[in-house]
Amino acid sequence: MAYIIQGDTGDWEIVIGLEVHAQVISKAKLFSGAATEFGAEPNTQVSFIDAGFPGMLPVINEICVEQAVRTGLGLKARINLTSVFARKNYFYADLPQGYQISQYDQPIVGEGELILDLPDGGTRTVGIERLHLEQDAGKSIHDMHPAKSFIDLNRSGVALMEIVSKPDLRSPEEAGLYLTKLRSILRYLETCDGNMQEGSMRCDANVSVRPVGSTELRDRCEIKNVNSIRFVQQAIEFEARRHIDVYENGGTIKQETRLFDSVKGETRSMRSKENAHDYRYFPDPDLLPLVIEQSFVDSIKAGLPELPDDKKARFMAEYGLNAYDAGVLVAEKASAEFFETVAKGRDSKMACNWVMGDFFAALNATGKTIENPPVTAADLGALIDLIKDGTLSGRLAKDVFALMVETGKAPAALVEERGLKQVTDTGAIEAAVDAVIAANADKVQQVKDGKTTLLGWFTGQVMKSTQGKANPAMVNEMLSKKILG
Amino acid sequence: MSLDKATVRAIAELARIEVKDEELDHLAGELSNILTFVEQLSEVNTDGVAPMTSVADITAPMRADVVNDGGYPDKVLANAPEAAEGFFTVPKVVE
Repeated sequence: MAYIIQGDTGDWEIVIGLEVHAQVISKAKLFSGAATEFGAEPNTQVSFIDAGFPGMLPVINEICVEQAVRTGLGLKARINLTSVFARKNYFYADLPQGYQISQYDQPIVGEGELILDLPDGGTRTVGIERLHLEQDAGKSIHDMHPAKSFIDLNRSGVALMEIVSKPDLRSPEEAGLYLTKLRSILRYLETCDGNMQEGSMRCDANVSVRPVGSTELRDRCEIKNVNSIRFVQQAIEFEARRHIDVYENGGTIKQETRLFDSVKGETRSMRSKENAHDYRYFPDPDLLPLVIEQSFVDSIKAGLPELPDDKKARFMAEYGLNAYDAGVLVAEKASAEFFETVAKGRDSKMACNWVMGDFFAALNATGKTIENPPVTAADLGALIDLIKDGTLSGRLAKDVFALMVETGKAPAALVEERGLKQVTDTGAIEAAVDAVIAANADKVQQVKDGKTTLLGWFTGQVMKSTQGKANPAMVNEMLSKKILG
Repeated sequence: MSLDKATVRAIAELARIEVKDEELDHLAGELSNILTFVEQLSEVNTDGVAPMTSVADITAPMRADVVNDGGYPDKVLANAPEAAEGFFTVPKVVE
């Protein structure tokens, strides 16, 4: 699946590393007891610590530590029992302390890995460099006044996990798959809600290019705070093309921070960050090293849920699904649970087809979520039972499903109410078959003369005259017996 | 260790301290003296000694995940040079 960009001087490949800022799910902030809830009135969820008042001392929130360790374990990463908080110094209006408390050379989580589920059903492993805990900054709002920026510190001090990949990604598509999978894992672990629109998951992309076949790492540009997976992909595509154009015109790329303009679909230099890279990290003198016990890590490990990769493998083994279907179903915990409820004690392939086909289509069409589905898993399961026991033909089942979406009623009730039950009464079917045969003597002769493909047409006519309620297998059998003898 | 004028200017800029050109020489001298003084510490052989991050042999205490602070925007904004509608306001910073 090599992604190659053709330039004037030859073929190029992209080298991408992603830094994801994932907001930790916790009630209170990383170092203060102020609330983290999204959307509150400005500055109502701010303690003196978050506002950078003098003399205030940070004390770490245990749950945030637990969430970071849990995420590390979910990424099969090394957990560092001792880690150190450092100050990252820079000036910005929404950073009242004048520094961000982060982790530098001793993060809480070291190297791990993440497995990409490729569209062809294959997989590719991408390295995780590290995960560290840090504070979020406040929020600047620029459109409330012509000459002023408005600052809300509610987000200031909220715990973030910065998850850094190795520069292992080679295409915009892989970057998208990485983010999708990471979000899926975070949601399974319940350590971050993964909501990119609300900013609880944000992505910086480090992009460079090199001639195909080369193993060098050229200077990279960092594209900041892109807030959707699609935009990350667009930004990478644009940025790679820009690098190639610069190199092919004899120029050089210098390391810099850039901004993605989603309206114009391009990146541009952030001049304010020109001199900002000198962060003068040093260990935060207000905070002792964070030391956790192996037993703490072990107890978190023991409580980990079944994660997407394991669930996918189990779905393939237990239900006989192919890699692609299993990958789609496990991407969200809720859809995996939905499928399992439908498939339990039933034909799993049939369950998979119904969930991935008509059900997902209905989800899209109604705009509902899997948590509040248009048809419950129990009702979909009951519908499959009705197909299995011969009450409904496949075609009738689709009609019933549409009615289920429309009315929210259980399939058995709809079948009863609308008289949709499949006709398996030999006498009734025979009458319908005889009527069609009698009315089409010419076509009967054609079949007898060898044009047996016309039998399908007869089946269609019988189904039509019975409003789709005749059992198609019985119709077929009867037709060929009566016409061909 | 000695600092040149350009480095002193960069440090001042990063710290948002305004330093006049005629002060740079003097400051470079003073800062260099401080660094040289502290550098004496490197004469001590610390091979195999773990870095000491605190004089107290204790680890960081943790707090429970409980919301017990905040909810006083008036106090938070009390010292703000400028505020409006519950926000701090600053000269426009946007790209």
